[in-house]
Amino acid sequence: MSAEPAQGRKGFTLAQYLICMKGIVWREGLRFVHQRERFISALVRPLVWLFIFAAGFRQVLGISIIPPYDTYVLYEVYITPGLMAMIQLFNGMQSSLSMVYDREMGSMRTLLMSPAPRWFVLCSKLLAGAAVSVMQVYAYLLIAYFWEIEPPTKWGYVTVFPALVLVGLMLGALGMLLSSLIKQLENFAGVMNFVIFPMFFASSALYPLWRVQESSPLLYWVCQLNPFTHAVELIRFSFYEKFEPTSFLIVLGCTVVFLGGAILAYDPSRGLLMRKAGA
Amino acid sequence: MTEPTTHALAVEHLSHSYGARKALDDVSFVLRRGAFAALLGLNGAGKSTLFSLVTRLFVARTGEISVLGHDVNREPGEALRRLGVVFQQRTLDLDLSVMQNMVYHAALHGIGAREAQRCGAAALEKVAMADRAGDKARDLSGGQMRRVEIARALVHEPTLVILDEPTVGLDVNARADIIAHVRKLVRDDGLSVLWTTHLIDEIAPTDDVLVLHRGKLLAQGNAQQIMAQTGTGDVGAAFVALTGAVAQGDAR
Repeated sequence: MSAEPAQGRKGFTLAQYLICMKGIVWREGLRFVHQRERFISALVRPLVWLFIFAAGFRQVLGISIIPPYDTYVLYEVYITPGLMAMIQLFNGMQSSLSMVYDREMGSMRTLLMSPAPRWFVLCSKLLAGAAVSVMQVYAYLLIAYFWEIEPPTKWGYVTVFPALVLVGLMLGALGMLLSSLIKQLENFAGVMNFVIFPMFFASSALYPLWRVQESSPLLYWVCQLNPFTHAVELIRFSFYEKFEPTSFLIVLGCTVVFLGGAILAYDPSRGLLMRKAGA
Repeated sequence: MTEPTTHALAVEHLSHSYGARKALDDVSFVLRRGAFAALLGLNGAGKSTLFSLVTRLFVARTGEISVLGHDVNREPGEALRRLGVVFQQRTLDLDLSVMQNMVYHAALHGIGAREAQRCGAAALEKVAMADRAGDKARDLSGGQMRRVEIARALVHEPTLVILDEPTVGLDVNARADIIAHVRKLVRDDGLSVLWTTHLIDEIAPTDDVLVLHRGKLLAQGNAQQIMAQTGTGDVGAAFVALTGAVAQGDAR
């Protein structure tokens, strides 16, 4: 090769890091736009819960006044933060699915061929997934608004944003960690059964935990230990312009742990990918 | 800046095993700059393992690999930016257009959109796919996808391109077309190419050849030298003489 214009300089410049991250986010966004059925199903799922499940259970489940609510709320209002977190949970697991699928299709390998450090590439991928999940949540909130489900003031839409980003990152990191542990694509059904459903049902998404405690103290503690509970509560409080420090710290801590695990799992010298190749 | 004194690819005492199964056993070779080298081996010879190690999907247990003098493990970024890769699996994003695939790949290498458009168009021109830049990757034939993948591997202007059995699943015409394009890149642009294959008829008498069998490198050198060493008249016969196995696509 006569000339190597980009190769004389060592390492990535800051601008190159930004280009790389932008490229990964842009590609994730384009994929999302092109896969309309993914967008629609991501929207329909919580709406089914909202319009059918919540309408049916409205009379059955009475919600007492618990923070952050100052008054009795409709069941639809109560489960909305849980459904917002559910959108992000599915998105995080779907990006896990896409990573397994990507790797089988080889485009994960294309991603890993980037000369940028692998942790940076994985973080960019995670950010891209979180951005998509936040957009999905706002699309859901737009429809919910016409169903008269909204925060006390319009600022709630703003104050919930950082919570959504953090929860998107946590669930994306969990998905990424799982993707490194799942051997085959078919096993996503296992992810549904063993990750999504238990996380969703053993949380405060559908019922307040004091009600769970009444029926089973053990289950109450399982719910308390479930990071998804804290994701839901973080969203619930911030949607009402309130800050819940315990949930924030737990969600932040889990994000760091899951992300660290995923970076280790995708580290070439740790051999997780090699075990798959040799399997 | 050029690096005239280094080899395109140097592999030293490379061994790797998956548990008890040894996939590569003390493999050493160098690849000259500006040469077309064929890595010939049957399925299970260790080609894919070698490929995974060079592209740093995982790290070798023992031995060293360097691309243009940059050790793959000590300076992965420097090695990867000089390396273009065409995987055996289809790796184009089918939902994106050909040019969007180019721009995405360029971004992974830190190349901005405008420059990527220029490099992408030039790379597509080299494989005669420039007129399909706006088409969805999904609408291309298998051979065309391969050519686009080769163009994509060239976007960041690498010095070495490695291809993992790139003609698998293609018809005879598409295979001939892909090989012709890659040989032209070597001839015209001075690109270094490592082409892994199990098909004897993809090898020309002037090519450098590495014969890999059950994880061991049995022969390396110019195809004619290998034929002379084994006292055979063609590459297929040389392969049989070396390995005791019959390769596919033997042109005899």
